[in-house]
Amino acid sequence: MQLDDIDRQIIHATQAGLPLVAEPYQAIAAQLGLTADDVMQRMSKMHQDGVIRRIAAVPNHYKLGYHYNGMTVWDVEEEHVHRLGQRVAELPFVSHCYQRPRHLPDWPYNLFAMVHAKTEQDAERQIAVIAELLGDDVRRQAVLYSSKILKKTGLRIAG
Amino acid sequence: MDDIDKLIINLLQKGFPICESPYRQVAGQIGITEDALLSRLQTLLDDGVLSRFGPMYHAEQMGGALTLAALKVPEERFDEVSEIVNSFPEVAHNYARNHTLNMWFVLATERPEQVESVIELIERHTGLMVYNMPKIREYYVGLQLEA
Repeated sequence: MQLDDIDRQIIHATQAGLPLVAEPYQAIAAQLGLTADDVMQRMSKMHQDGVIRRIAAVPNHYKLGYHYNGMTVWDVEEEHVHRLGQRVAELPFVSHCYQRPRHLPDWPYNLFAMVHAKTEQDAERQIAVIAELLGDDVRRQAVLYSSKILKKTGLRIAG
Repeated sequence: MDDIDKLIINLLQKGFPICESPYRQVAGQIGITEDALLSRLQTLLDDGVLSRFGPMYHAEQMGGALTLAALKVPEERFDEVSEIVNSFPEVAHNYARNHTLNMWFVLATERPEQVESVIELIERHTGLMVYNMPKIREYYVGLQLEA
């Protein structure tokens, strides 16, 4: 989607968050010298076009009790990675799943799947399900648990 | 955090309306007043239960780019390197992870060519090699954590 200057101003004004006032789109409009209808129309268009994934709350995993946030990584045959990625992505507890490039020799993994659990046992059970699904196609695997959120702001465009 | 907070978190992870009085609409669904919703949201943000509330912009759909990258940071330099990496506005997320590749961050840039230039700057400022792992294929993204 081609964004114009006004779209960029709206993105800049809202990228840190939506105003917590009764009429938030009106508040953005007032700040930018637009009408609320204009802001709502443009944001709806950006939502339709996927520029806005969604307008939503982003929780801190740890504060909700999810202490085991594991990036599971797998070294699978290149010719099978697409088929396997699609199957892993169907598991209900997998939140993100990607094929990514290897960096040999220290990073042999090409399939990434994120899992989130409240207990270590739950995380291990989830990882075992993925391992079973991948079966003999796995040559090596690792789980990288996050130990700390160092930053979590989301995208920021320059003003 | 009580049951109403949990309802708010679960509901607002799914989405939020674009209309004149969106908080009133959501408050009605939950069965609380608009003022109560606004003040609870403020508290959840202040307490860090929510990292953010608002539009989640998609760098690629804006004509920009996204990548996941990692660093092998010597333990004694971890805080210093974390500060350097976080200082870049293009770093959207950054996590410490238990591996020799112990710092993992997401770059989100407005223009595709900025990914390379930010990586070069991070390498120059930290003296470390950045392992760039842009996605080849995305199979699923749909994080929702039940509170």
